[in-house]
Amino acid sequence: MNIQAIRAIYGFEMARFFRTITQSLLAPVVSTSLYFVVFGSAIGSRMTDIEGVTYGAFIVPGLTMLSVLSQSVSNASFGIYMPRFVGTIFEILSAPISAVEIVVGYVGAAASKSVVVGIVILLTARMFVTFSVVHPFWMLAFLVLTSLTFSLFGFIIGIWADGFEKLQIIPLMVITPLTFLGGSFYSINMLPPFWQKVTLCNPVVYLVSGFRWSFYGTSDVSVELSLGMTFLFMLACLGCITAIFRSGYRIKN
Amino acid sequence: MIICMGADPIISVQGLCKTYASGFEALRNINLEIRRGEIFALLGPNGAGKTTLINVICGIVNPGFGTVHADGFDIVKDYRRARATIGLVPQELTHDMFEKVWNTVALSRGLFGKAPNPAHIEKTLKSLSLWDKKDNKIMTLSGGMKRRVMIAKALSHEPNILFLDEPTAGVDVTLRREMWDLVLGLRKAGVTIILTTHYIDEAQEMADRIGVIHRGEIIMVEEKATLMRKLGKKQLTLNLNTPLKELPADLCDPQLALTDDGLQIIYTFDTRAEHTGIAELIKRLGDRGIDFKDLQTKQSSLEDIFVNLVGSRA
Repeated sequence: MNIQAIRAIYGFEMARFFRTITQSLLAPVVSTSLYFVVFGSAIGSRMTDIEGVTYGAFIVPGLTMLSVLSQSVSNASFGIYMPRFVGTIFEILSAPISAVEIVVGYVGAAASKSVVVGIVILLTARMFVTFSVVHPFWMLAFLVLTSLTFSLFGFIIGIWADGFEKLQIIPLMVITPLTFLGGSFYSINMLPPFWQKVTLCNPVVYLVSGFRWSFYGTSDVSVELSLGMTFLFMLACLGCITAIFRSGYRIKN
Repeated sequence: MIICMGADPIISVQGLCKTYASGFEALRNINLEIRRGEIFALLGPNGAGKTTLINVICGIVNPGFGTVHADGFDIVKDYRRARATIGLVPQELTHDMFEKVWNTVALSRGLFGKAPNPAHIEKTLKSLSLWDKKDNKIMTLSGGMKRRVMIAKALSHEPNILFLDEPTAGVDVTLRREMWDLVLGLRKAGVTIILTTHYIDEAQEMADRIGVIHRGEIIMVEEKATLMRKLGKKQLTLNLNTPLKELPADLCDPQLALTDDGLQIIYTFDTRAEHTGIAELIKRLGDRGIDFKDLQTKQSSLEDIFVNLVGSRA
């Protein structure tokens, strides 16, 4: 195992995170704060509690997940796309590094950034609404697992993209709608029966539900199912990345 | 460390073929051995396969058929040890422009699995006159400096083999000379250097051996001196006092030519021949009352040889 290489990639990516701290951390915190002000304080104060939780507190896990998902995808896709775009990928490919080490370096850094963003957003949310965390260990576990899984997904997008437009299109056109429709702002039990079933096809439902369970002990779907679906998605991403490196798709051809 | 150039190959390429997904056959049955400690110049026109060959050896492009060994290690089966011995300076100036010089060189060292060694990075940057720029962002550097940063990155992990893919493309004459000195210095330190270039004088100046690749095939590998001897021709030019309309009938010879203005007679001869025929030619011209003001000889350059070789296969 080329630990030095993993450390080099990880350190390089984290340095970029801190170098662009305004864009990396401040921007998601500010935008999420606005959600809390509008939906949590202004509109939320006029809404009834959901499953015994105030509306402001109810949306905390969903909004955190919204940022974590989009940050994971953006960070990981940008991390691997930029070396491809500027041509410095030659250095990664010509170095004695395995595919696993490359993925650990890039995805590990992207996931770390997302976890930091997630924690900072939770701390920010605390300034607007009062909430509790019933299962802190599981809260952290879901946060890390989600960050890792969607960073893997972002890595795939970074390989697949052949332009900045494609790099942006998945977070904007797929991740954000799925998160909005995945129970971030409502419980799926509030939907008509047909749409409840349709919503279950959305993988984000399981992430938000599991994450919310770690806060309040209630969830739309069982925790086991949430974990299982997250692991399934992670395995699918890993399989896809394995195929990419085996074939050299958009990297070595 | 000084390593004498030996016959044992540090790079061995056997039956290498590469066809891209588009169907373009970039390399055809390449067989090539690079000797330890030499400077090997790989020449070829654009699209001949030079960069593809380098990219396959360095692991950037997947090989098709065939095998490649670097310092005895198979580049596929034992890629870690093979790649650890190789440094690459690619043709394009590819940098993370917002990164600082020191950081980017340190990153390269880390990627090759080497523990941080500030002393080595300092030595490398100083040898490339980059020490005072170590904290500068790459975007603030000139083109020549950016190229030197590329070399610093390639040398950061102390490789035994260095690929320089057109290292002096687009650099000024002074910097080109500096690069040549640097390359010769690296060779003295024991690094084997494989150089691709469009500047034939660069190969002529530095290379020990020269390979020519054309349409994905190695069409010739030869010691530079031998190549110059074998394929190099010499020409004697006589500048006449009075122009001639044509050469006298008894002087008609394939080796002799009269320029269009009739003021020069050009005699092409083989330097390896026992008798060059120069003395006899001058005597015959004197007998026919053809006077000349002065004369000069010219050895055909590597460029002439290269153009002839590639041109004959066009």
